[in-house]
Amino acid sequence: MSTEPAASALVRPRIRPAWHVATVAETLRETPTAVRLVLDVPTWPGSEAGAHLDLRLTAPDGYQASRSYSIAASTPAAPGEPGRVVLAVDEVPDGEVSPFLVRDVRPGDQLELHGPLGAFFVWRPGQSTRPVQLVAGGSGVVPLYAMAASHAAAGDETPFRLLYSVRTPDDVYFADELAALAGPTLGLDLVYTRRAPEGTADGVGRLTRESFAARVLPAAERPRVYVCGSTGFVETVAGWLQELGHAAGDIHTERFGGLT
Amino acid sequence: MSFATRGFAGRRRERDDRLPPGQTLVQDWPVLSAGPTPQIDTGDWELTVRDETGTEHRWSWDELLALGVEDVTVDIHCVTHWSRLGMEWRGVSLDKVFENVESEHEFVMAHSYGGYTTNVPLEDLLDGRAWVAVEADGAPLHPEHGGPARLLVPHLYFWKSAKWLRGFTMMPDNEPGFWEQYGYHIYGDPWKEERYW
Repeated sequence: MSTEPAASALVRPRIRPAWHVATVAETLRETPTAVRLVLDVPTWPGSEAGAHLDLRLTAPDGYQASRSYSIAASTPAAPGEPGRVVLAVDEVPDGEVSPFLVRDVRPGDQLELHGPLGAFFVWRPGQSTRPVQLVAGGSGVVPLYAMAASHAAAGDETPFRLLYSVRTPDDVYFADELAALAGPTLGLDLVYTRRAPEGTADGVGRLTRESFAARVLPAAERPRVYVCGSTGFVETVAGWLQELGHAAGDIHTERFGGLT
Repeated sequence: MSFATRGFAGRRRERDDRLPPGQTLVQDWPVLSAGPTPQIDTGDWELTVRDETGTEHRWSWDELLALGVEDVTVDIHCVTHWSRLGMEWRGVSLDKVFENVESEHEFVMAHSYGGYTTNVPLEDLLDGRAWVAVEADGAPLHPEHGGPARLLVPHLYFWKSAKWLRGFTMMPDNEPGFWEQYGYHIYGDPWKEERYW
């Protein structure tokens, strides 16, 4: 899949997944349709940026429902300190789990996590000196925000850029955090498809191949590219990237799961 | 288990004996893949089986179809917790593909256009349990879903059903494939919830 040695060698996840009981510490309104869940997890081992987890809800009669979510941020448990996991969940109409998480969950509630999961769609400090281009569609920004934050926290000097397509300014996930990261360590480029903040030079509109090409690192710089969003978004962007000369093995993709 | 999440009742509750633990029924067909979707013309496509002597058995698209395409109705289970039940496929049984392959080896690495790999024990590919699938839901397999041809091993989690199939290599040992190297289970039985290790 990848042309890089790290992927052709046998790569073992550094942190073995396990079941953990989490207690909701805080819920925050992330966007008009999404919630941010801050979870205390006494046994959490930490996770790599870009990893995900399975979240499981159990009803009193034993009925269970499991869904996969990207991890926005996490810190491992330390003596006397629970680990912490941050998720951002978008409500999908008619869903079973996401409406419950967005509307009903309160601090003190408990749920179960299995993770961390996924050692492919991750970014590790010091992994490579090649520049990194992140491309997010909507809530697909969550694992990419984790990478950008990890990159800044590690003081890693790899050039990082995030192109983030979003409907309106209200729909931006981690808006304050991303604004704080933007600058020397992260080139942040927001594209608004429905409504832009006043004074935005580029106005409103979907990405086209031409506008996309002008906004991402050129293939000549051989960036490692991470794309996350809906299937339509990922298919379109991955196709453009290949047409622009990026090698298939340099393009990492992740899509919203099929469950809500 | 006494654990419960306050206030959660669940809305779907489709209890069906065909649904393995931790799975939820979907009607649509979600797409998951690690990289870009390869576009492969059937005129360029071929399937290869390579044994331990280096001998390669090859089939062009037409040669594969000439082995006999059969109707297959099976349930599929993705590790990301969705399942589809009674899904209609058409494909060529791997019993026909492996019929004249002589090998002492008990494991197989499936290879895809685009570089994806996944490991499967040979016995899981035989006896009418696996196919090279070329149609699903009554239409040629779309590239997003692995077209023109994908492996179909419905009794294992669906990442084992490699998209964009190009061939098999016989292996003496059960070496991990692509997702297996990244923490997915070496075998992947959905009824035992062999998701990750």
